[in-house]
Amino acid sequence: MARVKFLCDADRCIECNACVTACKNEHDVPWGINRRRVVTLNDGKPGERSVSMACMHCTEAPCAAVCPVDCFYTTADGIVLHSKDLCIGCGYCFYACPFGAPQYPRAGNYGSRGKMDKCTYCAGGPEQDSTEVEYGKYGRNRLDEGKLPLCAEMCSTKSLLAGDGEIIARIYKERVMKRGYGSGAWGWKTAYRENIST
Amino acid sequence: MSRRLGWHLLTALVLVGALNCSAGAQHGQDPVPPASTAPSSGANPTEQAVTEQQLFQEMRKLEGRITIPDYKAALLEQPQGRSYQFFHERLLPWLMGGLIVAMIAGLALFFLVRGRILTEAPDSGIKIRRFNVLERATHWMTATCFIVLALSGINYVFGKRLLFPLIGPDAFAALSQWSKFAHTAMAWPFMLGLLIMAALWMRGNLPDRHDWRWLREFGGFTSGTHPPAGRFNAGQKLIFWSVVIFGLVLSASGIIMLFPFWTLDINGMQWAQYGHASAAAILIAVIVAHIYIGTLGMAGAYDAMGRGEVDLTWAREHHSLWADEEEHRIRGRTDLAGTAGTPAE
Repeated sequence: MARVKFLCDADRCIECNACVTACKNEHDVPWGINRRRVVTLNDGKPGERSVSMACMHCTEAPCAAVCPVDCFYTTADGIVLHSKDLCIGCGYCFYACPFGAPQYPRAGNYGSRGKMDKCTYCAGGPEQDSTEVEYGKYGRNRLDEGKLPLCAEMCSTKSLLAGDGEIIARIYKERVMKRGYGSGAWGWKTAYRENIST
Repeated sequence: MSRRLGWHLLTALVLVGALNCSAGAQHGQDPVPPASTAPSSGANPTEQAVTEQQLFQEMRKLEGRITIPDYKAALLEQPQGRSYQFFHERLLPWLMGGLIVAMIAGLALFFLVRGRILTEAPDSGIKIRRFNVLERATHWMTATCFIVLALSGINYVFGKRLLFPLIGPDAFAALSQWSKFAHTAMAWPFMLGLLIMAALWMRGNLPDRHDWRWLREFGGFTSGTHPPAGRFNAGQKLIFWSVVIFGLVLSASGIIMLFPFWTLDINGMQWAQYGHASAAAILIAVIVAHIYIGTLGMAGAYDAMGRGEVDLTWAREHHSLWADEEEHRIRGRTDLAGTAGTPAE
């Protein structure tokens, strides 16, 4: 079984936000929830870099570790998913996540949080695959159809790569060799505890 | 007319054909690229863009510019999340569990060795007022809130370890959801009660010259002596100030968490959690001791808060100075002279 990952090649990202739009549209993500977002560093200065960030589906995910109701689970592919039925909206996963992936709707009194929502790697949730119920809660399940996440498919410069970790690491390495530089696989050390040697 | 049209059509066709040909010519012959595309200085700004490791040396957490109004989304990476995980999963269970278990064990040991503290002289039958209605109502309201808050709070820490295996995921999630609502709702009356109690009893809990002796003799719990004390002895003053101080820490951090990211960023919110959880661990242990001494630990103590009145003998033995004051105050109003009965208030 392949261990799937995300890799955003910051040297290619042009901040077009196609990944953000694709994700929002495909999964009918409500207002205020940002499953994927593009963060720009050093905006306007030389060496400006943009990185597309969503859940990295970490090895030994910290979100899963701190959840007080244990609503997370990791699939055989390494995708970190959770159950919205069990989630109580306490917010701990956001504090633990190094990337700020968990999002919560405003549920009611004070700053009360509703059920957590995050990038599912287009793999749905614990409900039965590719059903209306699953779509309503977690969005489209593309993996069940044999497809890769839509954000990476829609990326206009192919900077956002998704798929088998070995394959995308190899693609990135080839790019770095060809152009002679690379700012690195952002978030890989924190998420997967490995670096791509270039 | 048709001849004119025909000429116009032919001209148009030729023009279009010519345009296409010239376009095709451009496709076929690419302009020759210059020998070097590097800027004259020799430096390539693209190559010198920041790397992740470099940024971590300069900043605690990585943030950038985003197009989304929610500023939390500007976060790219915060490694402090792993510290939070360590606190929540490794440190806190030991801290909270350790303090509470140690307190219960200590109290159990004390009870087995010393037993229940009884009044030495027999009850006189004369009762004096210790706490009035407002004091008792506030205390019990705050106490009830505290029990609910403590149990729902402990559920956040130990629930998945202790309760989840017993009742299964669905029941546990439902219980935790309601426990979360209870925790946020009971917080407000608790804070109100805390402020009222602080106002009512602050004067009586200020340190006085008898406290040091009381502490040295450990209240007479083990030595069998009866060090003099005012309305509140030094042990009670410790409880009072623990509740006020840790209660304020809990209230402040709790309000911060009730309105998340209103004033603090993610690192600030993590610290609010650390403070809230640590103060809670300490205060729960302290209150366990308070509940022990007020119920099982000492005979006659529960009446003080439960009924509002205590026996005169009990008062003379444990709060001698306060008992004297009360007797003088009452004698000023009625003549007690050996008759039993509750004084008018």
